Amino acid sequence: MNPWPFVAAAYVVTLGGGALVAAFSYVAMRRAERRGK
Amino acid sequence: MPALHALANPARFLTIARSLTPALTWIGVALIALGCWAGLTQTPPDYLQGETVRILYVHVPAAWLGMGGWSGIALSSIAYLVWRHPLARVAARAIAVPGALFAAICLISGSIWGRPTWGTWWQWDGRLTSMLLLFFVYCGYIALARADADRGGDGRIPALYGIAGSVLLPIIRYSVVWWNTLHQGPSIGLTKSTIDNAILWPLPIMLAGFTLFFAGIVLMRMRAMLATAKAEARLARMARA
Repeated sequence: MNPWPFVAAAYVVTLGGGALVAAFSYVAMRRAERRGK
Repeated sequence: MPALHALANPARFLTIARSLTPALTWIGVALIALGCWAGLTQTPPDYLQGETVRILYVHVPAAWLGMGGWSGIALSSIAYLVWRHPLARVAARAIAVPGALFAAICLISGSIWGRPTWGTWWQWDGRLTSMLLLFFVYCGYIALARADADRGGDGRIPALYGIAGSVLLPIIRYSVVWWNTLHQGPSIGLTKSTIDNAILWPLPIMLAGFTLFFAGIVLMRMRAMLATAKAEARLARMARA
């Protein structure tokens, strides 16, 4: 069994999930801080 | 403790958080990039698991953040119930979503690791089942905290739930000792590890990187919640005027 597709999938899930939550949090923060000014 | 009380002032906290947020996030991203490069290209394959062992460098930090996130919720909940720090309640709510996400990533990356290593995507053993329970407990907390905030609650019920949920943490930690599981036993301790240093060394870099990145996300979420609360308070004042 070729292990690399499994390794790649694990990295994509982790890095992609982390990047998504960071992007959503950043956008929510900027929007809320603009509204709060 | 006086330093903690000083930080509980939202205005002072925001001044510090504004400079800390980009610093923590970008240092975290740089360390994660370094750890990925090291883990994927600079370490040898394991003699038994082969290249699959490289999943270790993302799976362990995800597990660390999933469990560490709940420790943060429990500690913030205690601080909220004991000292009524307004920021403690905000911190607990801010940790919940990224904590749940990393608990889910831990489960998914573990499942991806399990298929070539154990020959199965999933096994209802102690470690996997207790981690899945933690993910569900996170989901319950997110729903409860949102409902409490929507109905103008005082935050005590989510705080009690946050403390009660921490009972899962030692169960997850010791599940591989208490029960005969498919998951390997504890391989990394505070003072020693059963993993060879040639494979282990990128892991602390990834752990540090993901921890800083997680802290940056929590600060972003706290700033968003504080700004929303400020805007809502202003709207309420305008409505009364």
